[in-house]
Formats: sequence, C-alpha cells, structure tokens
Amino acid sequence: MGSDMATNGLAAKVEILRRIRKATGASAAGSAAEMVRAEWAGLARGYQRAPRLEQEAVIELLEERLKDYDARVFRVAESEVAATVASRLVARRKTKIVIPVGLPENWVPEGFGFVVDAGLTAAELDKLEGVMTGSTVAIAETGTVVLQNVPGQGRRAATLVPDYHLCVVRVEDVVETVPQAMDRLGATAAVATTFVSGPSATADIEMTRIKGVHGPRSLDVILVG
Amino acid sequence: MSGTALDPRTAPTFPMAARAAMGDTQLRKNVRHATDVIQAKRARVVGEMPDWQALREAGKQIRQHTMEHLDYYLEEFERNCTKAGGVVHWARDGAEARRIIVELVKASGSDEVIKIKSMTTEEIQLNTALEEAGIHPYETDLAELIIQLGEDQPSHIVVPALHKNRQQIREIFMRTMNLPELGEKPQDLADAARKFLREKFLRVKTGVSGANFLIAETGGVCVVESEGNGRMCLTLPETLITVAGIDKVLPRFADLEVLLQLLPRSATGERMNPYNSVWTGVDAADGAGLKDGRSLRDGPKEFHVVLMDNARTKVLADEEGRQTLHCIRCGACQNACPVYRQTGGHAYGSVYAGPIGAILTPQLQQMHHAQSLPYASSLCGACYEVCPVKINIPEVLIHLRNKVVKDAGMTVESLAMKTMGMIFRSESRFRAAQRMGRMAEAPLVRKDGQGEGWIGWLPGLLGGWTQVRDLQAMPKETFREWFEGRGHRDQGKGPRGVADGK
Repeated sequence: MGSDMATNGLAAKVEILRRIRKATGASAAGSAAEMVRAEWAGLARGYQRAPRLEQEAVIELLEERLKDYDARVFRVAESEVAATVASRLVARRKTKIVIPVGLPENWVPEGFGFVVDAGLTAAELDKLEGVMTGSTVAIAETGTVVLQNVPGQGRRAATLVPDYHLCVVRVEDVVETVPQAMDRLGATAAVATTFVSGPSATADIEMTRIKGVHGPRSLDVILVG
Repeated sequence: MSGTALDPRTAPTFPMAARAAMGDTQLRKNVRHATDVIQAKRARVVGEMPDWQALREAGKQIRQHTMEHLDYYLEEFERNCTKAGGVVHWARDGAEARRIIVELVKASGSDEVIKIKSMTTEEIQLNTALEEAGIHPYETDLAELIIQLGEDQPSHIVVPALHKNRQQIREIFMRTMNLPELGEKPQDLADAARKFLREKFLRVKTGVSGANFLIAETGGVCVVESEGNGRMCLTLPETLITVAGIDKVLPRFADLEVLLQLLPRSATGERMNPYNSVWTGVDAADGAGLKDGRSLRDGPKEFHVVLMDNARTKVLADEEGRQTLHCIRCGACQNACPVYRQTGGHAYGSVYAGPIGAILTPQLQQMHHAQSLPYASSLCGACYEVCPVKINIPEVLIHLRNKVVKDAGMTVESLAMKTMGMIFRSESRFRAAQRMGRMAEAPLVRKDGQGEGWIGWLPGLLGGWTQVRDLQAMPKETFREWFEGRGHRDQGKGPRGVADGK
C-alpha cells in the first residue's frame, strides 16, 4: 500500500469533490465558511429544547423511563451511596468489580473486590463480574445515561465487557430533553462518549425486546441527591 | 433465498420475484407480524412527542443543507478526523472501497475481522471481497449473524432477518453452532449468540463498521445500535475500519440532538436505542508508566474512515432525486409500505428494499438495472408520512417513472400510447375503437358464472397488465349507446350492470 494508495487516494478525493461541486453548482474553490455557517444558523429548530417539567418531576420521569428498560433505580443521599452500592452487590451476588480511575472514594464500600482499571485487557475484563461508574449527564425523556472517558467514568471497554453495570447519577446532572444533554456535552464532544439506555438488548427475533445480548445484561442506577 | 448476494444487476425483476415471495406463506406471516409490531411501537413513541413535526422539519433542513454543501462538510470532516489521529480514505466506487478495506485489513496483520451491521458494506458486497482475499468476516449483529450462518440475504434495513421466525432461527443456530439442545425461546437464542461471539470479540484484532453519522465539526463518528456488539467492535480491536457513504456527514455535534431523537423512535420504536457510540479519531492515552505493554488508551490504536461515493454524486446531481440522500436508514417506510408488507425485502433484488429501496436502488445502480422498482408502489404516501426527514418518496417515484419512460425512447409501448392519444382525441375514432375492442376481445373472455366476463391473459406486450390481475371484459353496450337508444326501448332499463344496481 503506502505511497501507491496515497496517490490513488488523492485522485479519488479530487474526483469526488469535483463530482459534488458539479452536482450542487458550488464553485470549484468550495463554499465560503461564513456563508455555510450563516445558513446552518438559519435552519428551522422549532422543537422542544427547554424543560417543560420542574426538576423533581424530571427526576421522577428519569426513574420511570429507566424502569421501562428493566433497569433498577435507587434514589439516595450522597452519604448513603456506599451502603447502597454494598447492598446492590450483595443482592446481585457480585464481588469482582472494576472501577475507573477517579471514582469518588466515598462511593466505594469496604469488603468487595474492587479492581481499578489500569489498562486491563479485554480478557481480564471478561473475568470480572461487574463495573461501577459515575456519569456525565442523564436524559429523563429517553431514560439515557451518558458516559464519557473522563475520571470516574473511564474507558468504554470497562462498561461493556463485564456483565453488570452499576451507574451513579447525580441529580444535578439530570436533564429532561436530548437537546439539553447535547448542550452539556458540547464542550467535551471529542471525548469518547456512550449513550446507555437500559441493558443491552435486541429485537432481532420477531421484534421481541430481549434483554442482554453482548453488553451488560443488568443495569442498576443510583440517583444521588 | 440462497447465499447469492442481492445484486440489482442480476436479480429478477420485482414482479417476478414478488410472485415467488407471495407464494411463501411463512415468509409473509413473519414479515406481517414483525412490521405490525414495529409500527405499533413506533406509533406509540412518536405519539408522545408533541414536537415530532418540528423535529422532522429540522431533520429535513439539516440534511438538505448538508447536501447543498457536501464538499465543504466532507473536507471539514477529513481535516478534523485527521487531526484527531484518524486516517481518511476516499473511494469513488464500491470496487475502490473494497480494495482499500482489504488492503487495510491485510496491513493490520489479521485474517479475520469482526463486523458491525452495515448496509453500506452489504451494498458493496464487502464480505465476498474479504473472503476472496482470504479474510474471514464475522457478522456480530444478531440478525446479520442469522443471515450469515443461514447463508441468507438481508430483507430489511434495520432488522435484516425480519423474514425469519424463532423456529427458523433456532434451526440455523442448532445446525451451525452445533447446539442440539438449544431451546426455542428468543432469550435462549440471544444467549447462544452471546456465547458464540464473545470469544471472537476478545480474540479478533480488526473491526469493520459502518457509520450512522460523521460529524464534520469534530471529525467524530456516531454508531447507533442495540446489542453492544457494535461497542465491542468499536472498542476492543486494535484496528478499526469504518466505511461510510459520503451522504452520512452531519454539520455539527449539536445536530445529533435532532437525529438521535428521530432515528430510534422511527427505526425500532424506542425512545432511545440501548447504545449510541461517538468517538473521535484515536485516543491519545498510551501505556506510559504501565507494565506489560498495557495501555489506558480507550479504543483502537489505528482508525480508518473510508468515504465512499458509489454513485451518490449522481443522485446529488438530480435535483428532484437528491432528497433520496437525506435518508438516515431507519426502515420506517418499509414497515409502513403495503407492498413491502406483502412481499418482504428480497423481491426488491437489492439490500435496500421497500419504498426507500425503490428510489435508492435505481439511482445508485443506473436506471437500466432496476427498471421495475419505481413501479413497486401504489403511491399511497404512507412512506412519506412516516419518514423522519420528510423524504417525499412518492414524488421521487413518479420522477423516476418519468425517467424510465423517457430513457426508453420510442418503444412499442410508447407507440401504442401515442395511438391511444390519437384515438381519444376524436369521438368517431373512439367509438370505432370500442366496437373493434369488443370484437377483438371475444376469444379471450371467460364467464365467471355470474354473468361477468373476465380476461385473465392478454397476448404479447399487453400481457404485463394481466400478469398480476384480471381485466374485466368490455360491457356489451357503452353508456353513450344506451343513452342514445333509451327512447326506443323500455324506459328505466339501463345498461347492464348499472340500472339493475350491481
């Protein structure tokens, strides 16, 4: 490959851009950035952006929507997080739990086999029983928790390979609508981001939703605050 | 259906393939059941959005704006993706895309790849090309796995194995995964797939994906999925190769706020699908300070994007057909289409079936390869109504029919139409033609026992009409003849079949 591919690649790019400009009537130099930006800013956006509900109702909506996906939801005060985590792990019979670097220490109870993800391989992750993380933002309307590769949430593989995910969401990070969430995510858009809406599922067999295919088959959410 | 790839250049025409599909009652039952379920789910979650129409309009405008400045946004995407450590390749057609991908896989040092469901790779028959190069592709989406193991072909954009029911899937898994004890609950089947694929996810070092959206502003890519197989392919391999049509680009990260509302509700009838992944190039974190070659890097260390034209610029050049490129591949038009719901997807002879396929395939594959598809519709408009980005599919269908006729030039059919025009312009010629018609049809008419005459077969060129329907025989008397003759006969006795209330 190497230089041969590069030469071909450039020719292909030039040709595709030429075809596009011929088709759209754009000038050979391409469109002016200011004009494109102004046009984009003028696109109709009449959809709901601001919340319609009071914050408390938003939290309740999130709970309801998460439960719709068969996630378990627990609402607790900050001081109760570690105890709730402990009782969930006992109830789920999980002990070997991976946690990301930077997870608040007061969330982590004593007496379980927590392993910090310091570059665990996929095979090592596969031997662990669960993962516990924080979250960047949660969307009530769609029952979605958004994770990013930042301290306290960590690498994507860690929330994927183990079979159980325990996710802590602070109520101040809960928004009602998708546009509100995207506003919050804008600043860190380049960080690897995963929207999680319930446990892994499929509807490929007769359109029946089956919980748990390749990702974690169970999801618990602890709402804090 | 065999393992032969769906290729519009070699597939039988729609009416021929549809006739065969109509005889398969199991297939029709499966398709009807699945599309009924998705439609009901979609209607429920769309109904709870008071701003759905505003979202559709925004989706349409974003897509339209993108197509008008496609060159600008593609270059912006390339710049930003490259800056983030990705490598962008351009492919003028499917052959070039296949060549690039095969070379990249070979360079990655792997003779296997794990694949995320991608209609674009189906479009270019990538798996065949990989196998010919000695590379084994593992499909990891449950439906695609069913298709691959069953040596079948996809029949739906979102749910490719929608034409199979649980017993049929069980049979395929029992046979190909060697699981004689496999249960038949959907959960048993999903568990079998989990076990079968887990080992591959952990072992195979190269992944191939499609893309739902390319984000010009950030150089990021978004993949929308349910099972987590997508996340496995995106995060565990060392090399990731994403192939995307040039139509998949979006101006900004914020535009996802529209598309991520429209797509899941339209595609699977969910408020949000289980997983959306957005990543940008290659994570810069490395193994500094860690032992045994470990790394804190999130995801592959090498990332390639292949931007493929494959006739999309031809669609772009046709001002009326251009809106076809707005499609975000949700499949809602397929579920809503009364024709698709009867025939299923294979009859369309293309990986893009249903209403969107009827307009996309002919445009992507040059008109003469798919002449009958623009006619595979009753123009009822159900597809337009459910389309999340308001593609006016009936309008494009009519536009394409027009093109088919124009491109055909002077044919026996167009000559016949001209003659008809001449006849209709003159009353005496019209009357003469009616008398002639009654005489000419006589040998073809058979009685149905209730006094009605039917024609089930017409010769030559006219045979197209009776291929799928019967033609009623002409009445013994026309209205005009009855009207003019009514003074000479008993009052009140009308032409047969009118005054006697039939």
